[in-house]
Amino acid sequence: MTLPANAQHALDAFSAAEGWENRARLLMQWGAQALPELPEALRDEAHRVAGCETAVWLNVEVHDERLRLQAASDARLIRGLLAVLIARVNGLDREALKGIDIHAWFDQLGLARQLSPSRTNGMNAVWQRILTASR
Amino acid sequence: MLPSPWRPDFPALSVMEAAGLTYLDSAATAQKPQSVIDALTGYYTAGTANVHRAGHAVGERVTEAFEATRGTVARWMGAADPAEIVFTRNATEAFNLVAYGLEHRFSAGDEIVISALEHHANLLPWQQLAARSGLTLRVLPLHESGHVDLEQAATVIGDRTRLLAVSQLSNVLGTWQPVQDLIALARQQGALTVIDGAQGAVHQRPDVHALGCDFYVFSGHKLYAPEGVGVLYGRTEALAYLRHWQYGGEMVRHAEYHRADFNPAPLGFEAGTPAIGAVLGLGAAIDYLFRLDPAGVRAHEAALLETLLRGLRTREDVQVLGSPDAALACFTVADVHATDLAYALSEQGIAVRAGRHCATPLYQHLGASGAIRVSLALYNDTEDLDRFFRALDKALNLLK
Repeated sequence: MTLPANAQHALDAFSAAEGWENRARLLMQWGAQALPELPEALRDEAHRVAGCETAVWLNVEVHDERLRLQAASDARLIRGLLAVLIARVNGLDREALKGIDIHAWFDQLGLARQLSPSRTNGMNAVWQRILTASR
Repeated sequence: MLPSPWRPDFPALSVMEAAGLTYLDSAATAQKPQSVIDALTGYYTAGTANVHRAGHAVGERVTEAFEATRGTVARWMGAADPAEIVFTRNATEAFNLVAYGLEHRFSAGDEIVISALEHHANLLPWQQLAARSGLTLRVLPLHESGHVDLEQAATVIGDRTRLLAVSQLSNVLGTWQPVQDLIALARQQGALTVIDGAQGAVHQRPDVHALGCDFYVFSGHKLYAPEGVGVLYGRTEALAYLRHWQYGGEMVRHAEYHRADFNPAPLGFEAGTPAIGAVLGLGAAIDYLFRLDPAGVRAHEAALLETLLRGLRTREDVQVLGSPDAALACFTVADVHATDLAYALSEQGIAVRAGRHCATPLYQHLGASGAIRVSLALYNDTEDLDRFFRALDKALNLLK
């Protein structure tokens, strides 16, 4: 399966990054530059992802059968995690979304720990919300 | 260098150290000394039995050890009688027991008083009791330092007050609360008093007799004992006010199909099979604490906290919440999100806690979205803090 172009970029960049500091720098960079930002006006309770210790807002839309995601968070590294998550799934159709192994994706980026069940960063909750909303 | 003479008693510390981990989250749960691990292993190896019912020799031995632990806990915390010690599953269950058990004594318009810094465990049972019974929940305000304002407390605690429930040591601000004075205020009004000792009991051996409270609650797992056991101390007269709340085996004295009557405290509030192993482990933990020099432990923990606070305060943009007296400190950094900081610390093997520490209303009150909590135990040393500060500097360097 070929990766969406943005996902391929992420994979190339993160594979080349060595050590947690470089990965964290990349995350901040992705969060600042590559996150489809949810407009302020939509950062309300309805868009807030429950289960995140940090506030995360997410909007899932389907246009012409394609997923279109926007997200926001006040935390820079969380924005980065959202950006690489969205890079993997934005533009896919529902069928393709079903085939995504999100743990494998974060693992490939060297970010596997960020999806562990004890994490309160909410990436698990964000992923569940994407799956539910796109059904 | 300030080594901890007790660190070798805790095998997990060297295991974590070998894995590059620095444990500074003991306010969430503490590591266990070898003697507690041995007590658990010994219990399961020598043969388990249920307590209070089996007539056989194993049952007798285990029941004896179980009841001896009740005596140990009573002696440790200054209770007059082992029957004043009720074993629960955790501190949360103890608060719920008291809230449900006392419900019949309150009526609409009565007031329950808590403080602004309560953990959810000592907030939600009262909030929900108030909602069920039409009571008013009143909240004691804090000084900037993170201590309950006694002057204001004297105006809040009044003739409608039926119960006061306050924390002894804040799990967010690390501040000792003036519980003695608050208890006196409540008693003047004939109100019952509940002290949350979940953090406090770990850093100062409780003396319920000197405190004069009606109820005192703590959990085993923060006190170097296994999880699965909490303690509710209740003054004999106060325990008698409680209605039974969980029904089943152990707590019943006589049962027929259509009626039953129940044991008094403590067994009447220990429905079902208790966490026998955990209770015995708690006994071992307290025996361990009995063997330590309390002044030495206090001095060590105070020196650690001082080192921690000095390190935090010398760093630019670091803001410590309140004025911690013991055991822990929460801090924020200007323009750095607590979650980002926690991420960077965790990547470096530093186990601290980020978030709102089960005290969401307090954070709303402080106007902070979250903080990092560094919490200490007797097994920590200044090297743990050195590692923490090196990681913190690296994290700030990256994030700022």
